[in-house]
Amino acid sequence: MTSEHTTDFAIEGHGDISVGVSGAGASGDGSASATRITPGNALRPEDIALEVRRGTAKPSGDVAEYALRLGDDALILAQRLGHWISRAPELEEDIALGNIALDQLGHARSFLTYAGAHWDKSEDDLAYFRREPEFRSAHLFEQPNGDFAVTIARQFIVSYYQFELYKRLLDSTDATIAAISAKALKEVDYHRDHSAQWVLRLAGGTEESRRRIIRGFKLLWPYVEELFEDDELTARLAEAGAGVQPSTLREDFDRLTGEVLAEAGLDAVNDLGLDRIPQSLGGGRRGKHSEHLGYLLAEMQVLAREHPGASW
Amino acid sequence: MASQKLQSVPGSPSGETALSPEEQERERAGQAYFDRIIAEDSRIEPRDWMPEAYRRTLLRQVSQHAHSEIIGMQPEANWITRAPSLKRKAILMAKVQDEAGHGLYLYSAAETLGQSRDKMMQDLIDGKARYSSIFNYPAVSWADMGAIGWLVDGAAICNQVPLCRASYGPYGRAMVRICKEESFHQRQGFEILLELSNGTPAQKQMAQDAVNRWYAPALMMFGPPDDDSPNSKQSMAWNIKRFSNDELRSRFVGMMVEQVKVLGLTLPDPDIRFNEETKKWEHGPLDWNEFKDVLAGKGPCNAQRMERRRQAHEDGAWVREAAAAYAAKQAQKEHAA
Repeated sequence: MTSEHTTDFAIEGHGDISVGVSGAGASGDGSASATRITPGNALRPEDIALEVRRGTAKPSGDVAEYALRLGDDALILAQRLGHWISRAPELEEDIALGNIALDQLGHARSFLTYAGAHWDKSEDDLAYFRREPEFRSAHLFEQPNGDFAVTIARQFIVSYYQFELYKRLLDSTDATIAAISAKALKEVDYHRDHSAQWVLRLAGGTEESRRRIIRGFKLLWPYVEELFEDDELTARLAEAGAGVQPSTLREDFDRLTGEVLAEAGLDAVNDLGLDRIPQSLGGGRRGKHSEHLGYLLAEMQVLAREHPGASW
Repeated sequence: MASQKLQSVPGSPSGETALSPEEQERERAGQAYFDRIIAEDSRIEPRDWMPEAYRRTLLRQVSQHAHSEIIGMQPEANWITRAPSLKRKAILMAKVQDEAGHGLYLYSAAETLGQSRDKMMQDLIDGKARYSSIFNYPAVSWADMGAIGWLVDGAAICNQVPLCRASYGPYGRAMVRICKEESFHQRQGFEILLELSNGTPAQKQMAQDAVNRWYAPALMMFGPPDDDSPNSKQSMAWNIKRFSNDELRSRFVGMMVEQVKVLGLTLPDPDIRFNEETKKWEHGPLDWNEFKDVLAGKGPCNAQRMERRRQAHEDGAWVREAAAAYAAKQAQKEHAA
């Protein structure tokens, strides 16, 4: 599967690291589409696994913990989005939501493969054989799909958050984190576009769609603050240049989501009342999860756990 | 929404109204052109004259094919959330997504024959249109993802490769693209089974059980035996269908009988043999009563598949309405500006 000459992303500068995705420049870049990445250039989890086996990629304990958070967010979201395939409002959305799920799953596989290197575990060990309190996903990612508006509201928040995060992680001193982020950034840019367009359509469509998207935002807004919470780990990583303090993303997140909401004619205060929505205490990063995660994991892990040690 | 993009397709005459001499002449010239194209084994395109029965036959076949892709997403989607490794999950998601894409190409090809996607979708939901009966069987184990890919997609490829040369251009061209993806699907199904077969005894048993369950239904995907397939002859005369049901079925059996050895599994059919006289592969008897029952709605999942499609369609109605309303408002704004 993996040819030697395409895998040395950390040393030779993998295709995706070096292309023009720095700063806000990725927006509107025709080559940024998730579907147009040159096959030979795409960073795959298998490439990272190879680096790990060779010993050329090995995360510190802090970086591994950090990669676990990013990977779990993406994994749980992929699991949620995957449920839409064959159930979407139209065929084009079966494909689009499926695509976003696939992108997120790809990011999850890369982050988890890298994180696992620290504990000598594979992506599948981490995905299928950890217990609920060992997961590090934030509560937003765990929230049920609800109707299409809830899914879009969640995706809108997530993609604007992830975009700001990955954009900054391009400069991570950890080459693997930077490389994964570079690939993810292009794809998440497309997710932003998809969700923003749907926010506009739903808010400006019919009375019913407007009512539903407003409800979606109100349902999910309690879980926004958790995304931007700093803690000791992020402080140490920011200090070392490997990660970022989540709080530093908030201003750009607020500004950019605010622009879309304004264009959609959704006033954050008057229509959505976002300023009055109490923010949940969260705790996902410490293994304290919503009631939803247990069911999600039970379904995701059931077959793998029935056959421990089997390969598939 | 799709209907707005319809190409204008020349209307076809109904047999009931008397034709003027000019119309008669046009009909005669149209038929002559059509006959020549078919005789040359060339392609009919959407704006060409075509016999009404040819249009109807194609519309039925292409829309059924599209519906099969859409309903066929369900048994596999059933395992996306439980796929036993992240790599398998990604592959399965991509595969089911491909099927939605196939449905889209095929609905588009069918639209060139003069029917909107909305109408075709409605016919499916109203139970007026058929889809491949195979999808009315349940996918109960992970190994079914392998068996569906290997046997069901394998049978579909046998059926579909000749359709790349179908006389109707849009259909043939859609099939080229679909066949490329289907052959990838079949290989991934084979790979799933191979991995299971070389795995633990429980995994190997899971694989064998799945092959046992999907083998006969896959063989029946080629349709009834030739002496019980009334429409085949006309379809072959029109260069839509190239080989008979039994011919294709025999070829398929010949391929599977070799591949199953590589898998280290067996086919649940002790009667498979190569007939030296006819130079064809033969298989044991198939239960055509079961085939007819499933076709008549008595399969294990007929009601479930239809309900799921209906539910997705109805739950999505407000979204489609919102998108249409928004698009209309935007168009109005642009017009005013």
